[in-house]
Amino acid sequence: MPFKQLLAGFALTLALTAHADVTLLNVSYDPTREFYQDFNAAFARHWQATAGEAVKVNQSHGGSGKQARAVIDGLEADVVTLALAYDIDAIASASQQLPADWQTRLPDNSTPYTSTIVFLVRKGNPLAIKDWDDLVRKDVSVVSPNPKTSGGARWNYLAAWAYARETTGSEDGAKAFVANLFRNVAVLDTGARGATTTFVERGIGDVLIAWENEAYLATAGKAGAEFEIVTPSISILAEPPVAVVSKVAAKHGTGQAAQAYLEYLYSEEGQTLAAEHFFRPRDATVAAKFAGRFTDTRLVTVDEAFGGWAKAQAEHFADGALFDQIFAPQ
Amino acid sequence: MKHRLPSTVSEPAPVRWTLIGIALAFVIITLVLPLALVLSQALAGGVREFWGALAEPDAQAALRLTLTAAAIAVPANLVFGVCAAWSIAKFEFKGKQLLLTLIDLPFAVSPVISGLIYVLLFGLQGWFGPWLAAHDIKIIFAVPGIVLATVFVTFPFIARELIPVMQEQGTDEEEAAATLGAGGWQTFVRVTLPNIKWALLYGVVLCNARAMGEFGAVSVVSGHIRGMTNTLPLHVEILYNEYNAVAAFSVASLLMLLAIVTLVLKTWIEGRAHRQVGAPVMETVR
Repeated sequence: MPFKQLLAGFALTLALTAHADVTLLNVSYDPTREFYQDFNAAFARHWQATAGEAVKVNQSHGGSGKQARAVIDGLEADVVTLALAYDIDAIASASQQLPADWQTRLPDNSTPYTSTIVFLVRKGNPLAIKDWDDLVRKDVSVVSPNPKTSGGARWNYLAAWAYARETTGSEDGAKAFVANLFRNVAVLDTGARGATTTFVERGIGDVLIAWENEAYLATAGKAGAEFEIVTPSISILAEPPVAVVSKVAAKHGTGQAAQAYLEYLYSEEGQTLAAEHFFRPRDATVAAKFAGRFTDTRLVTVDEAFGGWAKAQAEHFADGALFDQIFAPQ
Repeated sequence: MKHRLPSTVSEPAPVRWTLIGIALAFVIITLVLPLALVLSQALAGGVREFWGALAEPDAQAALRLTLTAAAIAVPANLVFGVCAAWSIAKFEFKGKQLLLTLIDLPFAVSPVISGLIYVLLFGLQGWFGPWLAAHDIKIIFAVPGIVLATVFVTFPFIARELIPVMQEQGTDEEEAAATLGAGGWQTFVRVTLPNIKWALLYGVVLCNARAMGEFGAVSVVSGHIRGMTNTLPLHVEILYNEYNAVAAFSVASLLMLLAIVTLVLKTWIEGRAHRQVGAPVMETVR
């Protein structure tokens, strides 16, 4: 290999250290890539104007559970913006990098934007998929990420469960329904983005169970005309929370900027950007502005339908719990 | 069935052509087509978009990191490879077989495991994690971890190339040099090195190719911070996952270029070695 090239690589690496007064690392989950790209630029302008500091926010994306694991293992995130509260709870309990009551530190359960679970189907909806019932039909092939590894998939699973419990009237009925649904899953990807790629790019499956924002993103691209979004009659209010990893931020001396960064998610600009990237904003005025964008449907919360994430996790997703029983070797 | 050739060496023409056809079709379908596809996808948005994807700061950072990792891993494994091959080929000692087996270890374990061992060692919950954190030393989710993982997976390439060559040559020439009064270093530079030159170069080329292309092990210890801990292969995956196919394939074509350079170098080295040393059969690793 040319030595000059190698030397050049070295020299460039030394020169790599970019100039910024504050550098934050935001460890996030898959579908927020495009949103945070825009939001980071907006926050940098805001912070320069208000605090007079140049801030650079680095991003790391991956499956929510995997990202939590990386933070536990020492990935020095100043803030985490993950798919579900349980993953941040895991960081708090396994590594004590942030206080156990982290979710009370910011408004709305520390969830500045929400989403829900919808179906993405192929153009013209050839199989006439309207609701969860259609997903257990024998002729329908479903794509979903794996609830064991993907935060989004746990929302998928719980949304289906909530629907089935309501229509069958019992937990047993729900269990049988969800078991049938997962029997229809053709590909069980590890992450939400992987599942979308399987459905959109590789053309596998008739319906993708996905985050609403992920589904909109897929239909926004140039391949978008080939897909349609179907909103089921009942779905779940998905609350992807955010938190400052206080110990890391204290070590980096970035606590103030990190807090301001997350608070700015609740500002009008932050909420507007979230809505533009198909997350449902919390702010009423911004929500009213984007009212036409999101289909109204009944949304249940994890707290009211499943008694909170800790309980849902233990009953459904822990080793040997309901999901394992349902998805036993077939 | 009509024309059965009497010779036992040559197969009937239809069999020969079928075999050649199958081999050729296989190579085209599994190698040539995908490579052509990478290029055509990379250029799907035009040349400007192609260069744009390569000039983008995150891609540049990934390129720098990949070059840095290779620039450390290859020399490190060069030194190690020569030492290991030397001791295995020229000395008799207890545990030689064990050392040979250990050198092959990175080939035997999945790259994911290669990454995980470093997480278990240097992660915050790992053996050395708390101590490292207390002294503010970052290994995993930073450049050192990526270099370590790269060194680990490329560990056998050079040693594995040298061992058969050195074993075949034996110790006669070195012994002769010693009786003529040459010191250890002199013997190595004047006698051993010229003998193993081509095998060494061949090992370096393969080692470098793998160092730049490694995905699995590096993915585990990277932390995937854009512009900081993403190598070229990881960057390709990220771009693809962002529906940015043109950029993903543009960066991928950079890696492909590296593969082609490697192949050309490899062929050239094989030719040179063949002419100079008189057909030493090179053991191809993988």
